[in-house]
Amino acid sequence: MQSRSIYLDNSATTYTDPEVLEEMLPYFGQVYGNASSQHFYGRDALKAVDNAREQIAKAIGCKPSEIYFTSGGTESDNWAIKGIARAHADKGRHIITSVIEHPAVIKTCNALEKEGFEVTYLPVDSEGIISLDDLEKAIRKDTTLISIMYANNEMGAIQPIREIGEIAKKYSVIFHTDAVQAVGNIPIDVAANNIDLLSMSGHKFYGPKGVGVLYKRNGLKIARFMDGGEQERNLRASTINTPAIVGIGKAIELAVQNMSENNKHIASLRDYFVSQVLDKIEDIYFNGPKDMTKRLPSNANFSFEYIEGESILMRLDMAGIAVSSGSACSSGSLEPSYVLLSIGVPIEVAHGSIRFSFGKNNTKEEVDYTVEQLVNTVKALRELSPLVKMIKGEEKYV
Amino acid sequence: MYNDKVKEAFANPKNVGFIEDADGVGKVGNAACGDIMEISLKIKNDVIVDAKFRTFGCAAAIATSSTATEMVKGMTIDQALNLKNSQVVEELEGLPPQKIHCSVLAEEAIKAAIEDYQSKKK
Repeated sequence: MQSRSIYLDNSATTYTDPEVLEEMLPYFGQVYGNASSQHFYGRDALKAVDNAREQIAKAIGCKPSEIYFTSGGTESDNWAIKGIARAHADKGRHIITSVIEHPAVIKTCNALEKEGFEVTYLPVDSEGIISLDDLEKAIRKDTTLISIMYANNEMGAIQPIREIGEIAKKYSVIFHTDAVQAVGNIPIDVAANNIDLLSMSGHKFYGPKGVGVLYKRNGLKIARFMDGGEQERNLRASTINTPAIVGIGKAIELAVQNMSENNKHIASLRDYFVSQVLDKIEDIYFNGPKDMTKRLPSNANFSFEYIEGESILMRLDMAGIAVSSGSACSSGSLEPSYVLLSIGVPIEVAHGSIRFSFGKNNTKEEVDYTVEQLVNTVKALRELSPLVKMIKGEEKYV
Repeated sequence: MYNDKVKEAFANPKNVGFIEDADGVGKVGNAACGDIMEISLKIKNDVIVDAKFRTFGCAAAIATSSTATEMVKGMTIDQALNLKNSQVVEELEGLPPQKIHCSVLAEEAIKAAIEDYQSKKK
């Protein structure tokens, strides 16, 4: 362990809040019944699951009967997209999504293409937002589904969800949103935004890992995702994961209760960090929306010219700061982040990208330390870089 | 994922810079791939007397650059031409499998620098 540990990777995951964990613990122990059992052990577990369903429904503005528990965001995305595409294939086989979706959506769409579905991947502008005009033009007679993420995981861009919902309604196309980064972090109202399906994941808002939710509007036909028992209204088989479900329920309740207070703190740290970095480091790109109201309060994403992201990450790691990088070297692939490339960041610059995602427990002092270490890191790595040349005693970059 | 030796070579790299009156310079890789390594050599009587590097790349690329330049100092150009990336990896006590290609870049940069020296000599 480092002498300092500063966690600035809250978009990757968050810790399980002690209050959430405390709520979960009895369901590993004394209340261990199978929620599908008819005896009193089962009924006690079911009561807790029903309570969680209500907590989640209340948080996103739907009915408890519209909540389906899954193993996480990826499963919810897979189920929503494949389940809708297949169940409505008699009406058409065309899906609309965007180029900046999470792999859980992109790869699912790729898989459907192999089954003969057609997919339109909408481009985004330089701040990572889709064009509503493009969306409307992409809709065809055989379009059954629009799947556009609520907020982007890399540079935090929040999509015009309400307007997308209106367009989907106007053309009677089903609207799914991957809201894994949004739920628990910004206010969500599925009814007001005409959202038909929404994916979420517990561990992005101080809940446990391994549990997610698919919200599906009542009356909407969807194909079963997992064959087996009759859990989740006979649509998603598998023994009910009671402790995790209790956890996600409590986590979302706390997230909504404390959202405005937490976001005020998180956004002020983020804004301070961004202004410090822009002030102290030259030749950088601030990726994503410049209007901070159009991005997640927690997110800052920079590309640092002339240096590579994994080395920035590793140096910060050695200084006790945890961040993530959009560089190819971090992911093991040869291409840097497709999200950053899609907003027009040049490929060589995209290699030098770092995401900082703030959480409720970060402090201003941690931000100051991070800025100081980041300035040192960038300076040290630029001294090593053949892309930087010293000319006339002045640092001049070529 | 990196061992302590790699971390040390990355955090405190040796031979950073560019030899202004170098006898041979090798530059390999490209920015689009996220890896550029430049090695400059000072060579006397076919013996490498000084080596410096500048690298744009990941921690493994920087660590292998530092280690490779350390290794070739004092070598004859024939010895340096025979330096294999596996020897650099061995010197670093191993790299993660997906990072082995970074050590290939170091081998290539040294070869390119020596070839540059040899072509100038002709």
